[in-house]
Amino acid sequence: MTLPDLGPLWLTLHLAAITTGLLLLLGTPLAWWLAQTKSRAKPIIEALTALPLVLPPTVLGFYLLVLFSPNSTFGAFWVQVTGETLTFSFTGLVIASMLYSLPFTVQPLQSAFESIGPKPLEAAAMLRASPFDRFATVAAPMAKRGFLTATVLSFTHTLGEFGVVLMVGGNIPGKTKVISIAIYEHVETINYADAHVLSAILLVFSFVTLLLVYSLNRQFPTGGRP
Amino acid sequence: MLSLDVTLAYPNFTLAIRETIPASGLTALFGRSGSGKSTLLRVIAGLDPRATGRIAWNDTVWQDGPQFTPPHKRGLGYVFQDTRLFPHLTVAKNLAYADTRARGLPGPSLGDIITALDLAPLLSRYPSTLSGGEQSRAAIGRAMLTRPEMLLMDEPFAALDAARKAEILPYLERLRDQIGTPILYVSHNMAEVARLATNLMLIDAGRITHHGPIEALLSDPNVAPALGLREAGSVIEAILTRHEDDGLSQLATSAGALLLPHVNAALGSRIRIRILAQDVMLSRSRPTGLSALNILPATVTDLRTGDGPGALVQLQIGTDRILARITRRSATALDLRAGVDCFAILKSVSVAQGNIGAMPPRAL
Repeated sequence: MTLPDLGPLWLTLHLAAITTGLLLLLGTPLAWWLAQTKSRAKPIIEALTALPLVLPPTVLGFYLLVLFSPNSTFGAFWVQVTGETLTFSFTGLVIASMLYSLPFTVQPLQSAFESIGPKPLEAAAMLRASPFDRFATVAAPMAKRGFLTATVLSFTHTLGEFGVVLMVGGNIPGKTKVISIAIYEHVETINYADAHVLSAILLVFSFVTLLLVYSLNRQFPTGGRP
Repeated sequence: MLSLDVTLAYPNFTLAIRETIPASGLTALFGRSGSGKSTLLRVIAGLDPRATGRIAWNDTVWQDGPQFTPPHKRGLGYVFQDTRLFPHLTVAKNLAYADTRARGLPGPSLGDIITALDLAPLLSRYPSTLSGGEQSRAAIGRAMLTRPEMLLMDEPFAALDAARKAEILPYLERLRDQIGTPILYVSHNMAEVARLATNLMLIDAGRITHHGPIEALLSDPNVAPALGLREAGSVIEAILTRHEDDGLSQLATSAGALLLPHVNAALGSRIRIRILAQDVMLSRSRPTGLSALNILPATVTDLRTGDGPGALVQLQIGTDRILARITRRSATALDLRAGVDCFAILKSVSVAQGNIGAMPPRAL
């Protein structure tokens, strides 16, 4: 048996890693704000954040396709600044994946921050810690399980992305052809052997990752003592 | 000193405080549950920004109209009722959290605090493995290491049983007397207040009803009802002069020698004794053939009768004033009035160990 082309696998891992990294960077402040705010805009932002959970990926993909198109204001602006189009490009795929996986980053973090409550942060304030200091030294370490969950869910969710990629990225080897697209193509061309191998890799990888997370969570039940 | 002129209105409760709290000693804020004690502490710390008015520490204004200094810039230490040690850090790192953020400020060193509160054996442990008393000690140490201008303590020992409390109170006395940081201490336990406080502030329904030196307030028969009559009692100063063979200790007070059950302190120590009004009997002539060991000459200075069958008698003994709670009938029978000489009788065993504490240094 020969292995199928593993290019789509590496591309997928690359995409998932970049997406997860950027999401943690941007999703953490958003989740922190949502956990702290008493603003009336909170339910609106929460609903927007949760939208990718319920929206068919094709709908999200369709709107992104329209937005990314060089004929739209945003798409044209992007072309002007970078010289490249967002449609059918890896960058476009990253942006699409970030939107698609956003709730998987924000929701675990938000609930982790909310479960800390105001008390430890007040205690830190009374120890001369500034607001950023309180976040970095108290909230973030106490929410480490939330960070672990957010990272793993965002990463594995991006791995399995299909509909959005198909709409925005198409099927360009080495650029936008991710593993789920490759599997679909193998099935279309009745190449079940290769579809099996790639599917099995994704299945085992996802299972092992989740197993790891749940074992770790069991090991640190309170987030307190190592 | 801490100058307060603040208001905080809730639907069913209004806190309105206009007071000046001295920048020395331990000021106890005493009141019932729901009287606004903890709320006031949070307002002072800046943890409840809805409060309006003015708060100033000496010449530094923390709050006045639109001006609001956030809690982390007020330089206050805060010991919460639930300790709030960080669960993800060891005791050593909890202490270091405060220590590193207060570098270069005058105050006790990390070593001073570890010694004063006996924290060395706890350093490598996580808060969840500590007993209640150990957690309290660690939390007090951590708050002191912020080198606070003033230490706010919100019923720090409410969750401790009597034995644990008895263990930790001497540590707090040591802190008050050796390090000298002013403390504002919230409590609804009169025995604790009588033992620790140099200054007493009574709060009821969001307002301060009385404020003054502890000896004066506790021996004022007109204040006693606000404290609860069963808890009424005054504090006097004594010096431990001798340990007797039969387990008693002799103390010198301004009114003469007192014999009490063994006092666990070094000879020559200055000690504060709380004498409950209900433990004092009165006699117009010097009684003989009585089992009570302490009979002190006294002069009635004030008498307060209420609606009930009881009466509170204020007595001058030496330079101190104490209260006796007797029946109105006895007060009439003995013809007790201001200026009358009599004898105050105190059973030795009625003074519990918990009512004997270290004396704070005299205010300058």
